Amino acid sequence: MSECCICKKCLGVTGDEGQGFDVAKIRQDFPILNRRIHQDKPLAYLDNAATTQKPSVVVCALCDYYQICNANVHRSLHLLADEATQHFEEARRRVVKFIHAHSEREVIYTRGTTESINLAAYSWGRRHIQAGDEIILTEMEHHSNLVPWQILAKERNAVLRFIPVLEDGTLDLEAYRRLLNPKVKLVGVVHISNVLGTVNPIQEIIADAHRAGALVLVDGAQSVPHMPIDVQALDCDFLAFSGHKMMAPTGVGVLYGKESVLEIMDPFMGGGEMINKVTLEGSTWADLPLKFEAGTPHISGAIGLGAAVNYLMGIGMEQVEKYEQELTHYALQKLTPIPGLKIYGRAPERSGAISFILDDVHPHDLAQFVDQAGVAIRAGHMCAQPLMRKLGVPAVSRASLYIYNLPCEIDQLVDAILEAKEYFSHGS
Amino acid sequence: MDLDALYQDIILDHYKHPRNYGPIASEEVLMDEENPLCGDHIRLTAAVKDGVVQSVRFDGKGCAISMASSSMMTESVIDKPIEEARGVIRSFLASMRGDHPMDPEQAGDLIALEGVKKYPLRIKCATLGWHAIETALQKIAPHQ
Repeated sequence: MSECCICKKCLGVTGDEGQGFDVAKIRQDFPILNRRIHQDKPLAYLDNAATTQKPSVVVCALCDYYQICNANVHRSLHLLADEATQHFEEARRRVVKFIHAHSEREVIYTRGTTESINLAAYSWGRRHIQAGDEIILTEMEHHSNLVPWQILAKERNAVLRFIPVLEDGTLDLEAYRRLLNPKVKLVGVVHISNVLGTVNPIQEIIADAHRAGALVLVDGAQSVPHMPIDVQALDCDFLAFSGHKMMAPTGVGVLYGKESVLEIMDPFMGGGEMINKVTLEGSTWADLPLKFEAGTPHISGAIGLGAAVNYLMGIGMEQVEKYEQELTHYALQKLTPIPGLKIYGRAPERSGAISFILDDVHPHDLAQFVDQAGVAIRAGHMCAQPLMRKLGVPAVSRASLYIYNLPCEIDQLVDAILEAKEYFSHGS
Repeated sequence: MDLDALYQDIILDHYKHPRNYGPIASEEVLMDEENPLCGDHIRLTAAVKDGVVQSVRFDGKGCAISMASSSMMTESVIDKPIEEARGVIRSFLASMRGDHPMDPEQAGDLIALEGVKKYPLRIKCATLGWHAIETALQKIAPHQ
C-alpha cells in the first residue's frame, strides 16, 4: 500500500460514506501501484485512458487458466477442453450481465474496440451501405471510430458527415438533428471523449437516429470501464469496448450487437470456429456469436476479462462512477488555478480524462518532466488528430483517472506541473 | 534532477531562442516534416550557392528537444560545402541511431544532444529537423 493511502487529505475526499468502499483496500489489489520510481518517488499512474492496471485476481485468472486448464475451446472432447470452454463462456455471461445485454448471442469477443468497430464496418457496412448513403460521426471521434468508416465510405461511395464540437467540448445536437435524413444509415458516436472527457448524451442521440431510421454504434472504450451501462435501456445497436481499459488483459475486447442486427450480417473473417458445415465448394456459418469469432480466440484474455468484470461488479459501477466524479472534481479544482494552464473540455457532464496545455512548455517536455516526479501521464494527439486541429493545438497532455487513484496523486501531478513551469522558464 | 542530462542549458537556450527561426512563406517551403506520434511539425527552407549551404531557416512547433535540435542543426550546416554538410547530417543521424558515439571534437554543441539517447522515445524529436534538411538538400542538389 502506498503511503498516501492513509494521508488525511485522501481520507477526507475518499471518505467512508461509500458503504464499504475503501480505496486503500482496492489499491492493495494492484501491487504495481506500490512501485517507487526515479529515485524512490511513489508512482502516480494517471494514464488510465491509455490502459489501466490489472488487479491480482485478473493476473491470477490468466495464471490459473494456463497452469490448470489450458486447452482450446469449442473443439476437443476432453476434460481440460471442457473446463477451458466453460470458463471462456462463463466470462461471456458475465459481460452479458455487466452491460445488460439480452443474451450471449449478442456479445462477440474481439481484440479490442478497434477490431470491434472494424467488424461492424466490414460485416454490417458492406452489407447495408450503398452509394450515396450517409454515415454520421462526430468531430471528437478517436481514429478507431473514424478510419474504418472512411475506408467503407470510399469503397461504397458513401458520404461521411460530422456532428460539430462546440467551444465547451459538447456536441452540437441541433446541427446533428439537421444532419439526420432518410439517407443516413448509421450514426457512430463516442460515449466519452478520450480527449475532452465529455460524456455525450447518447440516449438522446440514439433515439433521434432511430426516429430517422438509422442504426447507432457507440464507442464505449472510455465509458464501459467507468460507469454503469445498460445496452437495452440505451437501445444502441452496437457497443464497442476494450478489456485492457477496464482492468483486463490487452488483446481482448467486445462488440455488442443486437441479435436482430447481427443475424443479418455476413461474417468478418473466415476460418475455424465460425463455420457450421464446410465443403470444398462452400460453407455455412456457425450460430451467433461464434459466426464472428474465426480462429482460436484469446482464451486467457477472455477469462481475464471475466475476472475484471467480476471485480468491477464487486465494487459496483455506481460506486466507480461516483468516486471518479469526486476525484475529477478535485483534479479540476486543483488544475484550473495554475497560471498558464488551459484545460480542454468544459462539458457539464464530464469524466476523468483531463487534457490540458501549459504555456511555453510542450506537452512532451511536460510529460517527461512529470514522469521524473513519479507521475505517468500521456502527451500527444491522443489518436484524435481532427479534434486536435479543431482545438488548434498539435498535442496536449492528458491525466486520466481510475478507481484506484488518490487525491494526493493529483497533488503530486500539480506540484510537478508547477516545477516544470519553473524549470522551463529559467533554464535548469 | 536527472533530467538535466536531457535538458542541458544549451538545449534550453536553443529552445527559447531558436537560431535561424522565423515564418517561412509557403512558396519557399522545401520540407514539411511532421512527427505523427506527437504532432511536432516543422517547415524548412534552404539555399545553396556555389556548392555551399548559404542559409537554412525553419518554423513550426514542437517540444524543446525537436526545436533545439533543429536550431542546432541550422548552425551545423550553414556555411559548409554541401558534401561536408551531408557528412555532418549523416554522422548525427547515425549517432542518434546508436551506431557510434559523437566525436566531442567535431560535434561541438551537438554533444548536448547525446543525453537524448537515454530516452529512446525522444530520439524522433531530436532527428526531426535533421531528416528535413537531409531531404531538402537532396531536393536542391540531388546527390550523385
